[in-house]
Amino acid sequence: MIELKHVNKSFGNKSVLRDVGFRVEDGETLALIGGSGSGKSTLLRLMIGLDRPTSGEIWINGQEISGLDEESLDEVRLSMGMVFQYSALFDSMTVGDNVAFGLREHTDYSEEEIRDLVREKLSLVGLPDAEDMMPGELSGGMKKRVSLARALAFGPSIIFYDEPDSGLDPVMTRKIDDLIVETQKKLGVTSIVVTHDMESACLVANRIAMLYEGEIVAMEKTEDFRRLKDPRVREFLGSFAIE
Amino acid sequence: MLNLFFERVGRFVIRWLQYIGEVMMLLGETLRQLKKPPRMRHVFSQMAHLGADSLPIVGLTLLFTGMVMTLQIAHEFIRFGAQSTIGGVITIAIGRELGPVLVGVVAAGRVGSAITAEISTMKVTEQIDALRVMATNPIGYLIVPRMIACMAMVPVLTVFGDVIGILGGWLIATGWSGISSYLYWNSISTFAVAHDITGGLVKAAVFGMFIAVLGCYCGLKAPAGAEGVGVATTRSVVSAIIVIFIVNCFLSLILYK
Repeated sequence: MIELKHVNKSFGNKSVLRDVGFRVEDGETLALIGGSGSGKSTLLRLMIGLDRPTSGEIWINGQEISGLDEESLDEVRLSMGMVFQYSALFDSMTVGDNVAFGLREHTDYSEEEIRDLVREKLSLVGLPDAEDMMPGELSGGMKKRVSLARALAFGPSIIFYDEPDSGLDPVMTRKIDDLIVETQKKLGVTSIVVTHDMESACLVANRIAMLYEGEIVAMEKTEDFRRLKDPRVREFLGSFAIE
Repeated sequence: MLNLFFERVGRFVIRWLQYIGEVMMLLGETLRQLKKPPRMRHVFSQMAHLGADSLPIVGLTLLFTGMVMTLQIAHEFIRFGAQSTIGGVITIAIGRELGPVLVGVVAAGRVGSAITAEISTMKVTEQIDALRVMATNPIGYLIVPRMIACMAMVPVLTVFGDVIGILGGWLIATGWSGISSYLYWNSISTFAVAHDITGGLVKAAVFGMFIAVLGCYCGLKAPAGAEGVGVATTRSVVSAIIVIFIVNCFLSLILYK
């Protein structure tokens, strides 16, 4: 479960997030939409503890994380995974080593057990034969899948997706969206998907929240969100709006 | 006019103090991370990567430094009848100062820049964030192995450089200045002591520490984009060379008072 209460974030005098609050239940997928510079990625960084809020509370699985030191935060992070916008694979390691990274760092599993888990996760994302490839040999879509396999390797209960479709062609975008839905169904993880692609948001999410100039201006179930009359939401929905 | 001058000086001083403070904080955090056992596999791979690859350039630098130094002093020493001291003087100069400082400068250019380029690229491509998200401290994972590797390899390179430099001196002393081999080697055992070399190695280890920490610091603070990597790399090399010269002065005062 993820809960944000009155979260504010400023960089110097510039206020990026204002009084943001919402709750995401276990197993739910929330799409966080908004234009460029609306604060989506900043909000994601706060939720995974890469940045600290200026004020407010962030609760992850019943623990308030905004005041935790880095070591305590690491323990919370073990229950979370993240798929980065540009995949963020370690380019000096093979795909297999990337997926195995967290397991080697934080478990006592034998190499054989780790290899089995890596193969399992790579198969889950449709890349069973990519273990020995280097990230430089992969296409954008394949990198995103490996990034997801790496995020799943440790068995997280929460997964954050930062613009999972950015830089991908429409066919690959739909494949990644299907993979997000499939992952949620198979593993029952709680997911937050940051995107500016309405089609993806409608496809993967149970609920959609819209950030506009640092504030949550709307948050509804996907179907209801598409019926909203707020002009800021309407403008973003475009052809996805339902009259 | 005067206000503007003081404003600029003040800004410059504050920026440098902030820079020094941040580097010291990173150094402190890196030393704190040493409480946990370092990842030895990474340390050895960094040692191979950072140290072994620098051998040829260190050898060349010290060979010609030893040669040219002997060339310059041999003529004068012979004029004053002090040819029996040349080997010792070259050994003391190379062992105490030239060896560690020149190896430090070469390592700052070759190793420090490589560290900065690698870490700044990792930062720009969100790989450092990925480490943190996977509950792995980037300082323990990236900086500690590089610092240990540099602290071990810069002294090793210095020993190698010292030997090559002294051999370079011997080449010129015997082949150009007409001093006998016996006189050259005998003067080394007469005038030089072990501390001339070991003191230099202590300096080299300290230089290695600063090269690694400054290289990592500049990488972690790299501005975004490809240009940022270049800017960070230049800053890292320049800072490390300045620090080596300043720290060398203080270490000489302490080690050879």
